[in-house]
Amino acid sequence: MALNQEFVGRSFPPSPVYQVGREKIREFATAIGDSNPVFHDPAAAAALGYADIIAPPTFAIIVSLKAVTGVAHDPELGLDYSRVVHGDQRFVYTRPICAGDELVVTATIESARTVAGNDMLSARADVATTAGEHVVTTYSTIVARAAEEAGA
Amino acid sequence: MTPAFADIEVGYELPSQQFPITRADLVRYCGASGDFNIIHWNERIATSVGLPNVIAHGMFTMAEAVRVVTDWLGDPGALVDYGCRFTRPVVVADDDNGALLTVTAKVTEKRDDNTALITISASCDDATVLGKAQAIVRLA
Repeated sequence: MALNQEFVGRSFPPSPVYQVGREKIREFATAIGDSNPVFHDPAAAAALGYADIIAPPTFAIIVSLKAVTGVAHDPELGLDYSRVVHGDQRFVYTRPICAGDELVVTATIESARTVAGNDMLSARADVATTAGEHVVTTYSTIVARAAEEAGA
Repeated sequence: MTPAFADIEVGYELPSQQFPITRADLVRYCGASGDFNIIHWNERIATSVGLPNVIAHGMFTMAEAVRVVTDWLGDPGALVDYGCRFTRPVVVADDDNGALLTVTAKVTEKRDDNTALITISASCDDATVLGKAQAIVRLA
């Protein structure tokens, strides 16, 4: 099914504030098996000049993908979410996410294409603090696999 | 401390690492990330949609792969850009071994602004699982 082209270029209202918790960062770092002290120990983070522990680079997906999947589930877009896999992902950082940050996400649909029967949605999510400081921009493509094709 | 720009040459290989991935890791990642997509923990559903078995989250693989870069950097905040394509699923069998991810990385370009481009290779069973995996780092 072709995706609704009216979504391309559309930006969505800023997300509710995401409060970055120290224990959430530790939980995430532990889940990926990363024991780098800067993700766990405020003193180690302070030694590198950070106000508190920082988050592993891909932690930003927790904040950004929520905004993007909210769009992807919109029935007017026409994306079959039951067949969705992650196509590509990129993060461009101004600085690492830090415990105590209050973040808001503004998502924008950059393209909606159909390639070989696969619907591909590319979205950008700008993550900034409530004070307006840019932290990271994420670029995500999600793919709804063509119904007749198996595999990911 | 972050490696010095002057000390690094194009072609430099970062210390490679291997990451075992088990079903328990995927369940833990589901909880920590909030991504509970059923294909990451339910074999019955995964196979019913045409997958060989439960597969790892692409984001989990991406998180493991960049550890080769951030461990080398010391300060993960020196990473300024990181991207990849998810080209092949990492299949995680329901046994004690699961999957084994092998990650290598090397410096492929030095730039004028003290940054370097690092090309990352991630594979399971000798098959590449991430495409165009690249990081840009700011060196000291």
